[in-house]
Amino acid sequence: MSKRIQAKGVNVYYGDFLAVEGVDIEIEPRTVTAFIGPSGCGKTTFLRTINRMHEVIPGAHVSGELLLDEDDIYGPGVDPVNVRGMVGMVFQRPNPFPTMSIRDNVLAGYKINGRRLSSSRADEIVERSLTGANLWNEVKDRLDKPGSGLSGGQQQRLCIARTIAVEPEVILMDEPCSALDPISTLAIEDLIEELKEQYTVVIVTHNMQQAARVSDKTGFFNIAGTGKPGHLIEYDDTERIFSNPSNKQTEDYVSGRFG
Amino acid sequence: MSSTATPTSNQDPRPQRSAGPVNELTAGQLPRWSRPVALAAAIVVSALIVLLIGWSWVGFAVIAALLFLIGYAVWAYVTEGYRHSLDTFWGTLVWLAFFLALVPLVSIIWTVVSVGGPTLIKPGFLVSDMAGVSGLQDAAAVKGTGPLMGGIGHALIGSLLITVAATIISVPIGLLTSIWLVEYSRGGWFTRTTTFLVDVMTGIPSIVAGLFAAGIMLTFFNWANNGVSGGKHIMGITAAIALSVLMIPVVVRTTEEMLRVVPNELREASYALGIRKWRTIFKVVIPTAISGIASGVTLAIARVIGETAPILVTAGVATSINWNLFSGWMMTLPVFIYRQLMNPTAPAAPQPSTDRAWGAALVLIIVVMLLNLIARLVAQRFAPKTSGR
Repeated sequence: MSKRIQAKGVNVYYGDFLAVEGVDIEIEPRTVTAFIGPSGCGKTTFLRTINRMHEVIPGAHVSGELLLDEDDIYGPGVDPVNVRGMVGMVFQRPNPFPTMSIRDNVLAGYKINGRRLSSSRADEIVERSLTGANLWNEVKDRLDKPGSGLSGGQQQRLCIARTIAVEPEVILMDEPCSALDPISTLAIEDLIEELKEQYTVVIVTHNMQQAARVSDKTGFFNIAGTGKPGHLIEYDDTERIFSNPSNKQTEDYVSGRFG
Repeated sequence: MSSTATPTSNQDPRPQRSAGPVNELTAGQLPRWSRPVALAAAIVVSALIVLLIGWSWVGFAVIAALLFLIGYAVWAYVTEGYRHSLDTFWGTLVWLAFFLALVPLVSIIWTVVSVGGPTLIKPGFLVSDMAGVSGLQDAAAVKGTGPLMGGIGHALIGSLLITVAATIISVPIGLLTSIWLVEYSRGGWFTRTTTFLVDVMTGIPSIVAGLFAAGIMLTFFNWANNGVSGGKHIMGITAAIALSVLMIPVVVRTTEEMLRVVPNELREASYALGIRKWRTIFKVVIPTAISGIASGVTLAIARVIGETAPILVTAGVATSINWNLFSGWMMTLPVFIYRQLMNPTAPAAPQPSTDRAWGAALVLIIVVMLLNLIARLVAQRFAPKTSGR
């Protein structure tokens, strides 16, 4: 239930503006990869190309190849909705659906799509997903309460439960802890350690300590100047990136000389 | 008015206001009873003035208001200082403006309830129609030899049927238009033209909408009957078409706002789960915006339920209950009021007609109030739940 991600010469455009240029990266299944870099360097932009969310913005498009196992998700005739069913995403600010209960939020991927579920199967999915997100014990007595009545950390875990309920191959996380307090952040980071056993996880983070704690490999993105495209400068094991990077820019960023 | 109170050897036998060390931030303050006293004083003085120069309620109210405004502000200036008095002046002005705005509202409700109320509670008023009621019965009612005949049943049913039909026509069209404007359009020249035309439609005079609907149906019937329509185009559905022309722009504008207010991150969360765009719109965006949409629809209904001119030219006037939107003339409440006042059933004894008109006016107000209540209940029921943790 996890796939290898391979990008070959991926260029990401907003209309005519080239935002990210020439990304070549190979992410192994069942690993956690962190993307770090200064603001505006294109790490979130590139992350959003992995589940074809980038094109939701009018005028945005992508060139190059992006393979999930052997399938190019930008190949001709590929349906973006199918891709998004396989690659889930957790956003920076928790966004549970406000009109739905906790239970309905977890099942949203099935119910809104009109997929019929027997109630026993539905209960099983809800319990499995909430347990997988470390939220089951806290909410098991109030599954019918609204999703927005939880604390920030709980809401984010609810969003993670919602994402894993549809059993994706890859989970993308865009700064999942930046809106949370340190205790909730710790809970999410522990969760990522567990999720790694079943999914390929890619996480964008501003917090270098978090990247060091949580990821197996790290990719450093940088931008030459405003108005110029961002690039993937270095991609290596996390230990190497933080202790002995090959590229001078990486070293400058990681040791805090800029960013 | 700060006092330097020092418990020194030369004691003043009278008790001091402040016995401890003084706080440099304090200033004088108006006593708590100052506002009612100022108001009472203004009322008394104004009454005296107006009694002297010739009594008038309006004069009394205006002079009392002015005296209170200026007197209270001056009192504040003397006690508290310039800044406070300016604050008091503007605050009082705002309150006075509020009461001024309430005057017509209260006056209308009072008049309609007191004049229309007695007619409303007469048995049969709500369910009977005007068929068979002629000048004879009305003259008898005035003389006291017969009861007040007739009622608004036909107008009530006509109003409800026509308004419901107009809502059924305009809400889908308006809602789908606003969905297109918010979710699908790319902001090009077509979008701008559509928005502009919707804005123009908001300002169409209601009689023009009535003429438009009557004209369309007339053309249709002329074509269907090879030349002569014979007046068959005057019916309930034509009035519903006219009203929907007036309702559609209101529905589009209000629902468009409500859809834009839904945060984009909800749409993204839905796309990221592999949910298609139309399902996202109908199962995520619209339920989140439903309370706003309900208010928008109610606003549109409230706008048209009192229209008189377009109904006159499209549904005619009728005296008996007509349940069929597609044949025959239909009466609505506002047209009923108009007819009863302009053409009383018994020209020599117009009082019963006037009573019936006031009763109908009260019913109209009650219907609009009920609509608003229903809209609030619907909005509350479907609003995003934010109960505590």
